[in-house]
Amino acid sequence: MEQSLIFMAGGILMGLGAIGSGVGIGILSGKYLEGVARQPELQPMLMTQLFIALALVDAVPIIAVGISLYMIFALQG
Amino acid sequence: MAGDTLTSQEYIQHHLTNLAYGKHPDGTWGFAKSAQEIGEMGFWAIHVDTMFWSILLGFVFLGLFIVAARSATTGVPGTLQNLCEMAVEFVEENITQVFGSRPNAIIGPLSLTILVWVFLMNLMDLVPVDFIPQAAHLAGVPYFKVVSTTDPNATLGMAIGVFILVLYYNFKIKGPVKFAKGLVTHPVPKWFMYPFNFVLEIVDLIAKPLSHGLRLFGNLYAGEMIFILIALLPFYAQWLLSLPWAIFHILIICLQAFVFMILTIVYLTQAHETDEH
Repeated sequence: MEQSLIFMAGGILMGLGAIGSGVGIGILSGKYLEGVARQPELQPMLMTQLFIALALVDAVPIIAVGISLYMIFALQG
Repeated sequence: MAGDTLTSQEYIQHHLTNLAYGKHPDGTWGFAKSAQEIGEMGFWAIHVDTMFWSILLGFVFLGLFIVAARSATTGVPGTLQNLCEMAVEFVEENITQVFGSRPNAIIGPLSLTILVWVFLMNLMDLVPVDFIPQAAHLAGVPYFKVVSTTDPNATLGMAIGVFILVLYYNFKIKGPVKFAKGLVTHPVPKWFMYPFNFVLEIVDLIAKPLSHGLRLFGNLYAGEMIFILIALLPFYAQWLLSLPWAIFHILIICLQAFVFMILTIVYLTQAHETDEH
């Protein structure tokens, strides 16, 4: 019972994190493409800014993945 | 695989445990032999492997840059000089973009140190997960974690260092009165909303160093965790999975070092902004 609860918790943790960051990164990249389509000469600058924002958005779900992997593989039993 | 007798769970826990030197419950000092002993040590423990690798890589960084600076030429530069110049110019470009040209002697060296140091510490993540811990195991050391940035003590320590600088510059540039005023008047400038504003701003202030340090830690920890999981698979799957993940990880370690540096610059810039919004 305990074990399966940990598995479920890990799965939910990863999944919910992925939903949020998926929406976020989708919007972000879409806006980036729009910006580049409008002003192609700004592309290198926008790319740097995109990477910064991506890393910011990415942090929380990747932490969730780390914690859930830890729960699933190291905490069980 | 580390040992023949380890289960996968023990293997993972072994690889995620720091070598701690601290005070045992009975009052003697020494190295912890198990994860349980580390828990019993509580506050009086120091992660020797984190300290060792971070200080060693700090000296590697200093050594590289000193050698490059001593042998710098105006003629055709060598590889090392090129690399160091690239790092310095990259940092300079980012600072002038974000921070502007305010007089500040500390932000340049600080950002360069953070960038290169965090990068070097992250780079240890690409060393195969069993090489150094196994060598340490043969030498009689029970635990040895190679990547310092997978220890929250290291990343949060750096983040708190930056936070102290932020507070220092807030007090120095804005003065205590203006800093306190900024804390209570910021989102809604109405007197009856001051307590509400204060709560929001304090949460904002505390969340900054926390997310700053945890972001680096979380990314590297998750990466290391996946490397360890791959190391548990049978031998024919190792190359197939480890290689793409390592190549992807090259991106992550550079990006995280860069983000850690740029956030430092952004936070320090915020501390320097004196104009009201």
